[in-house]
Amino acid sequence: MGTTTAAGLGQRDTTGSPRSRLLGAVTLLAVAVLGVLAFVLTDPDVRIHPTTGEEFGQFDAMRLLYVHVPLVVMAYLAYGLCAVASVGVLVKKTPWWDVTAHASAEVGTVFCGLVLVTGSIWGRPVWNTWWEWGDVRLMSTLVLFLMFTGYLALRRTTDDPRRQARRAAVVALVAVLDIPLVNRSVEWWENRTLHQRSTLGELKIEDLTLFTLFFGFVTAGLVLGWLLLHRFRVGWLEQAAFDHGVAAAIAERHAESDEAEVRRAVGERTAEEGPADQGGFTGGETGS
Amino acid sequence: MGTILSDALLVAGRDLRIEARSRVVLDQVVPFSVLVLVLFGFALDADHHTLRTFAPGLFWVAVLLSALLAVQRSTALDRADGTDTALRMSGLSPASLFLGRAAAVYVQVVALQVVLVGGLLVFYGVDVEDPLLLVVAGLVAGVAVAAAGTLYGALASGLGVRETLLPILLLPVLAPVLIGATRAYEDALGSAAVDGWAWTGLLAVAALVLTVVGASAHGALVED
Amino acid sequence: MLVVELRAAVALLGRFPALSGVDLTVGAGETVLIRGPNGAGKTTLLRLCAGLVRPESGTVTVLGHDLGDGTGRRSVRRRVALLGHGAALYDDLTVVENLRFWARAAGLAAGSGPDGVDDRVGGALDRLAVPDRLVNQRASTLSEGQRRRVALAALVVRRPDLWLMDEPHAGLDQTGRDVVDGLVVEAVAAGGTVVVSSHELERVAALSPRVVTLAGGRVVDGPAGGPVGGGTG
Repeated sequence: MGTTTAAGLGQRDTTGSPRSRLLGAVTLLAVAVLGVLAFVLTDPDVRIHPTTGEEFGQFDAMRLLYVHVPLVVMAYLAYGLCAVASVGVLVKKTPWWDVTAHASAEVGTVFCGLVLVTGSIWGRPVWNTWWEWGDVRLMSTLVLFLMFTGYLALRRTTDDPRRQARRAAVVALVAVLDIPLVNRSVEWWENRTLHQRSTLGELKIEDLTLFTLFFGFVTAGLVLGWLLLHRFRVGWLEQAAFDHGVAAAIAERHAESDEAEVRRAVGERTAEEGPADQGGFTGGETGS
Repeated sequence: MGTILSDALLVAGRDLRIEARSRVVLDQVVPFSVLVLVLFGFALDADHHTLRTFAPGLFWVAVLLSALLAVQRSTALDRADGTDTALRMSGLSPASLFLGRAAAVYVQVVALQVVLVGGLLVFYGVDVEDPLLLVVAGLVAGVAVAAAGTLYGALASGLGVRETLLPILLLPVLAPVLIGATRAYEDALGSAAVDGWAWTGLLAVAALVLTVVGASAHGALVED
Repeated sequence: MLVVELRAAVALLGRFPALSGVDLTVGAGETVLIRGPNGAGKTTLLRLCAGLVRPESGTVTVLGHDLGDGTGRRSVRRRVALLGHGAALYDDLTVVENLRFWARAAGLAAGSGPDGVDDRVGGALDRLAVPDRLVNQRASTLSEGQRRRVALAALVVRRPDLWLMDEPHAGLDQTGRDVVDGLVVEAVAAGGTVVVSSHELERVAALSPRVVTLAGGRVVDGPAGGPVGGGTG
């Protein structure tokens, strides 16, 4: 992040600002507090079976849900933002929408990857498997993750920023429109889901459990906002660098046409007219 | 609307006539699709029972992989010799260009399916229990494959790395089509007790969505 | 009436400003030669006027359409013929099939009749003196010069209001060059406007009273440059 210096690209050459640094500090603090709440202060999910008296439940694995569930919501939120911004790209065609779409897709994909990893770790003790093929939400999230992997790969290809913006917007919109189909197809496929329809309903609801989950949402939201802010600013700086580069290249082109090229162009014309200029013509060329 | 359809027919006719003459799909893609079926046979240890069980899924994986090649061939037609520029200058609407190309790819995908069904009968020894379902599900799924393939083919063309980008963009989008078409074929081939017609309904929705999105988004890809 | 009007037009190729601020006006019925060293922006200038490239800044008006706007670019493309580097022929189609495809794509009705595809294509083939034996051959069997002629025929079919020709003489034999020159004269006589980029200065100078020199992505006519004859109006 570093300090703000007014060199180079204009107002800003860093993605940090006093407010974003404050937001960052609050976010990191919230992450630490969430860690303590989720992994130390709350009780594990242990229930007693009403007839047999055996212990059952998710035990310590349930602590991951304080992270996993908020991450899911934030990942989908980021992708939703990307879809909205992609519509903006196609309708308004301004760089602001494109930078927003790119930033939210990238941060959303990081969240989505974390969702898959935490879900898989959670599923091992609770479902007794790393991966469950028949689960709707799991499969939909995986397909969404793969589609946006393609989106980000596309983002790294062409060097024409405008064409890239439109192509990426189409990919994002197709992905978002395709997700209900994926969802429906996986749901019919096995006609079952391991995800509890209402995870909270089955758990022992204590005040601290509920608070921790709530706090998890707040924390994940803060992390999302913080990362989006910085990623957006990176994109905005890239735009500024692009404009700056174009302006510099135009100046360079002008210099080119002012000196050697003009001499050469005019030299060409005078060269046709008389031998005296022939020397000037070749001289101009070797001198350039 | 009438112009869009007649222009689409013009484009489809062009693509199919070129294919009829050059036979790239017939000489290269069709053998490739059969090869994929044979490779599955090798990989799964040539047991008729296993192959029959998995035949619907293997069939549709073979269709998708071959369709990728057909799409690449289709987009390659309009990259050579300035034809892409000439098309933009021509006044053909992006929607009719999309529909025409997709229709030509569709014909090729259906032809691939016919060959591959033959492959299932011969190599995997499957029995067709519901021929009508087999035909209808294949025709409907083919629309979804052709539409998504044509849209993403246009999207990936003009990028230096299109050959590698096309599969990772296209295949996840076709995931519901793969699932749906496989279930429908499981019903039609009698390898699982599912309602193949309901799945065909899902395929129809996918086909409709992808065709409409493709025809309307194509303009955003070819314009500058 | 101005057919082409560029004011401080900037156009990018990727990140490269191929045109760095072009001011140029071309009046109806004018023939203009664009010349300049390689990389001066000649091809991009023609593509910009054809509505294929979006102006990054400045204003570009062609045939009354504002090309800063997508609708304007789409409309202008139908009225302009651009002879580019490729011949835009499908190798596996015959010459006449190629021409019919491009004619239908330009909106001409199938069949014969004064504005039908058959008559227009036949007329264009005659005009460019494409030998009958080539008409039903596949485009892949044509020589480079024959391809250029067929490409020109495909453009003649469209009867454009503005011709943009990028190095039209390249790859042509003497007869082919004469045919191109004849086309230019004819187009102007019919009220059309022609912008040609060429290295063949003497040949085009005979056709075009006006020479515009491009360098570094803009018009740089020095003391000796500028309109030699004609005006902008």
